[in-house]
Amino acid sequence: MENIVLNKRNKIHPHKFALWAAMASITMMFGAFTSAFIVKQAAGNWLEFSMPVEFFISTAIILASSACIHLSFKNFKKGNERHYKYFLLGSLVLGLSFVVFQYFGWTALYAKGVDLKGNVSGSFFYLISGIHALHVLGGIAAMIVAIIHAYSLKFIITEQRINRFDLVVNYWHFVDFLWIYLFIFLIISK
Amino acid sequence: MANVIIQEEDVLIKEQGYDDHFHEHHHGDKYQAGFIFHYIFSMDHKIIARQFLITGIIWAIIGAAMSVIFRMQLGFPEESLAWIKPFLGKWIVVDPATGIGKLAPEFYYALVTMHGTIIVFFVLTAGLSGTFSNLLIPFQLGSRDMASPFLNMLSYWFFFLAGVVMFYSLFLSTGPFSGGWVAYPPLSALPQASSGSGSGMTLWLVSLTLFVVSVLLGGINYITTILNLRTKGMTLWRMPLTIWAFFVTAILALLSFPVLASGFFMLIFDRSLGTSFFLSDIFIAGQALDRVGGSPILYQHLFWFLGHPEVYIIILPAMGLVSEVLSVHSRKPIFGYRAMVYSIMAIGFLSFIVWAHHMFMSGVNPFISNFFVVFTLIIAVPSAVKVFNWITTLYGGNIRLNTPLLFSIGFVSMFISGGLTGIFLGNSAIDIQMHDTYFVVAHFHIVMGVAAFFGMFAGIYHWYPRMYGRFMNETLGKIHFWGTIICAYAIFWPMHYIGMAGVPRRYYSFDTFEAFKHFNDLNKFITIFAIIAFFVQLLFVINFFYSIWYGRKMKTKNPWKANTLEWTAPIEPVHGNWPGNLPVVHRWPYDYNKDEREFVQQHIPLKEGEIGDH
Ligand code: HEM
Ligand SMILES: [Cu+2]
Repeated sequence: MENIVLNKRNKIHPHKFALWAAMASITMMFGAFTSAFIVKQAAGNWLEFSMPVEFFISTAIILASSACIHLSFKNFKKGNERHYKYFLLGSLVLGLSFVVFQYFGWTALYAKGVDLKGNVSGSFFYLISGIHALHVLGGIAAMIVAIIHAYSLKFIITEQRINRFDLVVNYWHFVDFLWIYLFIFLIISK
Repeated sequence: MANVIIQEEDVLIKEQGYDDHFHEHHHGDKYQAGFIFHYIFSMDHKIIARQFLITGIIWAIIGAAMSVIFRMQLGFPEESLAWIKPFLGKWIVVDPATGIGKLAPEFYYALVTMHGTIIVFFVLTAGLSGTFSNLLIPFQLGSRDMASPFLNMLSYWFFFLAGVVMFYSLFLSTGPFSGGWVAYPPLSALPQASSGSGSGMTLWLVSLTLFVVSVLLGGINYITTILNLRTKGMTLWRMPLTIWAFFVTAILALLSFPVLASGFFMLIFDRSLGTSFFLSDIFIAGQALDRVGGSPILYQHLFWFLGHPEVYIIILPAMGLVSEVLSVHSRKPIFGYRAMVYSIMAIGFLSFIVWAHHMFMSGVNPFISNFFVVFTLIIAVPSAVKVFNWITTLYGGNIRLNTPLLFSIGFVSMFISGGLTGIFLGNSAIDIQMHDTYFVVAHFHIVMGVAAFFGMFAGIYHWYPRMYGRFMNETLGKIHFWGTIICAYAIFWPMHYIGMAGVPRRYYSFDTFEAFKHFNDLNKFITIFAIIAFFVQLLFVINFFYSIWYGRKMKTKNPWKANTLEWTAPIEPVHGNWPGNLPVVHRWPYDYNKDEREFVQQHIPLKEGEIGDH
């Protein structure tokens, strides 16, 4: 990645731009899932079920995590090392708890009798939330790298480090908003 | 004299070029040191382009050989194929009494499926767009390399892995996947549905998932580079049409391949986790399965939402290459530059709202079909604009009738012939008769298969000196062109008639159908030309590899007298493309025969009083 040739006239860093392109692509994939959901639902033979409370909790958690990483980024740019690290750790812990609560949600759903192999409406629910969780895990991996950087590198604010951290922050907000969209979609369309 | 001109140009870039402090950040060619990092795990766009090209050529040979084998079965069903038993082993079944060898029907389906998958994805997507986007985007925009050379390298290696997996699947004892390149369920969703539906389909899915990753990594890079790394003065409206085409192609890929990926995920769930997204009311061997509630049509929607843009992902780069080659070799500005760009955009946009024209006969609501009929037919408008502009570019030009130009003209011819039959198919009423017949096979082979290959050949012959510093042999090139175009029409023209008579595609044999018997001779005719076509392509392969080492050397930087920036870089490629400063762009790329000047390169400043651009 070091080979990137920065062109001083760029307004936005090319890596960030590339990330946005990737987000557009991921959005299309979930757009396809939710469109398929709507088409299949319209065709009938559709089981309705209510969303277990665990998913509401996990939604709150991922929102909090987004807020945390935002504060961490702000503190990093301000030069406040302690807060930068705390908020970053906080965001990781919340991110992991999100995945754990998703898992609790799935088991609660299963206990209610909604089986992956059963009616397609349940299959869709597991599919969509499952693939989303995979994308969250990708974000967690990136966050772990950021934490390793935070604790192993000397605390200096360089343009390069801001850019890198910015990428992690952006992606994390993205999976957060993606979940909010999916959550609202799944509640509304049952 | 020629040397003097080159000297002057260098001075221009050196003194008035754009200094991006390249060599202060980069310690020479450090990451390119050694054979392995130079040629294998290279991050240089020029090397990656060649990797895509050569891998694509190898796949093209494999894919074409497959088609020759299944064409022999179709054309000469009573002849013995025992002589290919050494290659195909148990897939040739020899009758012990007569000694006559026959292609096993399962393997016929596998060959048809693999032929389609390989040519569409590995050759015409990766081999075409991968090669030329990589080669030309940084070169023609005056950039040092791609936005992320590392992701670019990964893009190639994911493609390579996808190829390894697919290649491996050819040797499975149950055979590779055999349910058609579109992989419709239930054949693709139930491992027990046919012999290729088991491990063959699993590997098909793995391979194509890796391929999607490759396409996305590449596409992200192409878009980012085009929008962020253009040299000074290279405004969007000064970009060559090649770049516009690659740009829209990459956007299409970025927005449509993920949809295919979601279809793949659902297939994987259906295959391995017992869900029924695409399955309902299935009987296998008289037994009803308990998988209910899904819909196979859902898969078709997801597939064709990619599938239709995919055909434009294939053809747009070819269109871009052809536009450039036509303009350079007829020594005229491309006719209607802006109209060309707007047509590319219109085609790109429309390609997302026509996918259900592949499903008129799948039981979609006829009222919905009407919507798709209208948009499908509207695509003919920007397509016609482009055809008109290509022909007008040629008109009155100072034409150099060399191989790249011949292939470009061949492209235009093929695109017209195949585009016209598309208009028939786009009418949902006519499609009742035509769907899944040889008419469709003829349509898409001409408009996509042959046309895209022609665009690719035009590109290879034209940019070969830029890639290898040598020229390909002209005479062999011309034989290659005439041989190919004659064979292509001889193969696909008759298929229209066979299709209109209702002969279905993908059938192993027509012996038992009284109605189709009189096509036996036509089928033989097609097969003979398919075999000739295959050998004509070998001429190209020989020419290609021979010329890498023994071709005529390129002595001047700009042998075609073209205007684009790739021809201002040193003949011997360097890391970062230009040794010192980057060229600064002052004009659009099509200043041919302008104010008494034969050609004016993009980095040459406007003269006093000269009006720039177009
Ligand atoms: C005027 C423009 C075009 C129109 C109106 C058109 C229309 C159609 C229609 C309606 C079909 C479905 C036929 C059927 O299955 O019954 C079809 C098939 C196909 N078209 Fe076109 N087409 C056009 C141009 C193109 C171009 C430019 C390409 C590729 C570069 C292309 C590639 C294909 C392919 C690959 C298929 C068949 C896929 C399959 O079933 O395996 N078409 N076209
Ligand atoms: Cu189509």
